[in-house]
Amino acid sequence: MPVTEQRQPLLQVKNLKKYYPIRKGIISRTVGYVKAVDDVSFDIYPGETMGLVGESGCGKSTTGRSLVRLEDPTEGQVLFQGKNLANISQREMRKLRTDLQIIFQDPYSSLNPRKRIGDLLAEPLLAHKLATKKDADQKVNEILEIVGLPKQYKNRYPHQFSGGQRQRIGIARALMLRPKLIICDEPVSALDVSIQAQVLNLLKDLQKELNLTYVFIAHGLGAVKYISDRITVMYLGKVMELATTKEIFEHPKHPYTEILLNAYPIPNPHQRDREQIVVEGDVPSPANPPKGCVFHTRCPFAKDVCREKVPQLTGKDHLVACHFPLETVNV
Amino acid sequence: MLQYIVRRILIAIPVLFGVTVLNFFIINLAPGNPVDMMVNPSATPEQLAMQKHELGLDQPVWAQYWHWLTQLFQGNLGFSYSTREPVTQILVAHIGPTLLLMGVSLIVGYLIAIPLGIICARKQNSWIDYLVTGFSFFGISVPHFFLGLGVIYVFASKLLLFPTGSMNTLGGDGGLIDTISHLVLPVAVLATGIAGNMVRYVRSSMLDVLGKDYLRTAKAKGLSQFIVTNKHALRNSLIPIITVIGIDIPMLIGGAIVTEQVFQWPGLGLLTIQSITSRDYSTLMAINLLAAVTVLFANLLTDILYAVADPRIRYD
Repeated sequence: MPVTEQRQPLLQVKNLKKYYPIRKGIISRTVGYVKAVDDVSFDIYPGETMGLVGESGCGKSTTGRSLVRLEDPTEGQVLFQGKNLANISQREMRKLRTDLQIIFQDPYSSLNPRKRIGDLLAEPLLAHKLATKKDADQKVNEILEIVGLPKQYKNRYPHQFSGGQRQRIGIARALMLRPKLIICDEPVSALDVSIQAQVLNLLKDLQKELNLTYVFIAHGLGAVKYISDRITVMYLGKVMELATTKEIFEHPKHPYTEILLNAYPIPNPHQRDREQIVVEGDVPSPANPPKGCVFHTRCPFAKDVCREKVPQLTGKDHLVACHFPLETVNV
Repeated sequence: MLQYIVRRILIAIPVLFGVTVLNFFIINLAPGNPVDMMVNPSATPEQLAMQKHELGLDQPVWAQYWHWLTQLFQGNLGFSYSTREPVTQILVAHIGPTLLLMGVSLIVGYLIAIPLGIICARKQNSWIDYLVTGFSFFGISVPHFFLGLGVIYVFASKLLLFPTGSMNTLGGDGGLIDTISHLVLPVAVLATGIAGNMVRYVRSSMLDVLGKDYLRTAKAKGLSQFIVTNKHALRNSLIPIITVIGIDIPMLIGGAIVTEQVFQWPGLGLLTIQSITSRDYSTLMAINLLAAVTVLFANLLTDILYAVADPRIRYD
């Protein structure tokens, strides 16, 4: 779906920060903070899919969970239809959960093993008093059909399903309340490749049918490329680059994006000898991030200024946080 | 399920048989015998021999056991060597007070432990968590005889709030209020131990479950914290709690030997001590048999409750 600047964003993230205190000693003194998410901003427009990519520990899942207030942000704003989710009461947030849902990464552990599927799915409707028991049962049947599971399955327990089926149940659960925005927190990374495609197609079809907006979190670029309209690249709790999927894949500006793309195998033997930038070392600790640009310790193009000054996220449609965006290097 | 229960009961029969054999021979290994304990010290050896012959104690141990077993199958637990009353009658008279004392203690203990355990898990490492953990260590580690004597000294002897022991006031009306006032101190002692033990299991089991992904799912659905904790989390942490309850149930019968002694509670615990000192073999055998049956029953009940609490557990 094309993005037009005139449209009102559905969700605005402004300077979101999530710091976890590091406690030590018998009186649990706070000795520092893990900066899981450090000053992240972006807008999400109705009907689009925003991909959120980065390595493990870059803060993408924490960002996703903060968007639906499963984490309380340390600082910053999450504006949903004008309301700042970061500082409303738990009671108000509970009401808003009808509009904001999340699909979790691990379909094995995210379903309560003691509850039948039918009860699991009907529970949100009953909790928000959106349906009577009878209506809820009807809606459970409908939703199971939508995600492609026979309705007789509603009397089964989660352990009687395969991984792919469970993730369909996880998706059905998120859809029960007819939300406007769904955070997909690595919804396919726990599944077999063959099942991944099924689930991604299901998500795409559902988006068209129900006019959903997605935030799609993943560390694999394949799934993100397939489903996203725009992509945000994160590294060590910060946004490195934000652009349309096409721009990111064809004209990456941030060296880190370039490296991520390189790491993604291309199923074409003729491109075997394409130029590779190899990254060295590990991700620095988010408890003690590098000064200046957080990526300078591993960046092959790092200069003195990168070690001193934090680059700002700049640009109009294609935003990048780098002192030396790639085009200038290549030219 | 029914098939499983029947099979378990069938397995229990040889186990019970083994328990009675062991008990009978171990009891007979103890020095002394009922006759030494009941006759007057100036009795002649002939008189003693006559007494022993009368009670069948001059026969070999295996013959005595065979006699006891055949009588058991006819529903006869024998007569007490010391009081000459039928053992069944003695048991019936003592089981009521013990069931009352232990039943109330278990219920009070659990009613304290389960909510406290949940609060501790919800507020891990808070002052209330540390306080309850301290209380729990106190309950587990202080011996019942010491705690019992302590509360008797403070609440019965000094403050005169409760009676020092027994189940009813001598010559009193024996009414409900009288019984309750006699129950308070022994129940306090027993419930402290039971709760101290249970609260640790509830806490750790809840902590385990509270970290699970499906609780985040429940929260994301928009359920209230109360429902998330008490419906989703508690039900998933029941298995260890059921295990502890299964271990506690046999205490209904034999758990309060020391406490009953301290408070002179006329239950099975007191009867056990009396039977041991008087070498009352038949009464001891009956108490042991009852305890063994209770343990086996509690184990079976625990396994059945597992399947009720967790649909993934099936017995086919």
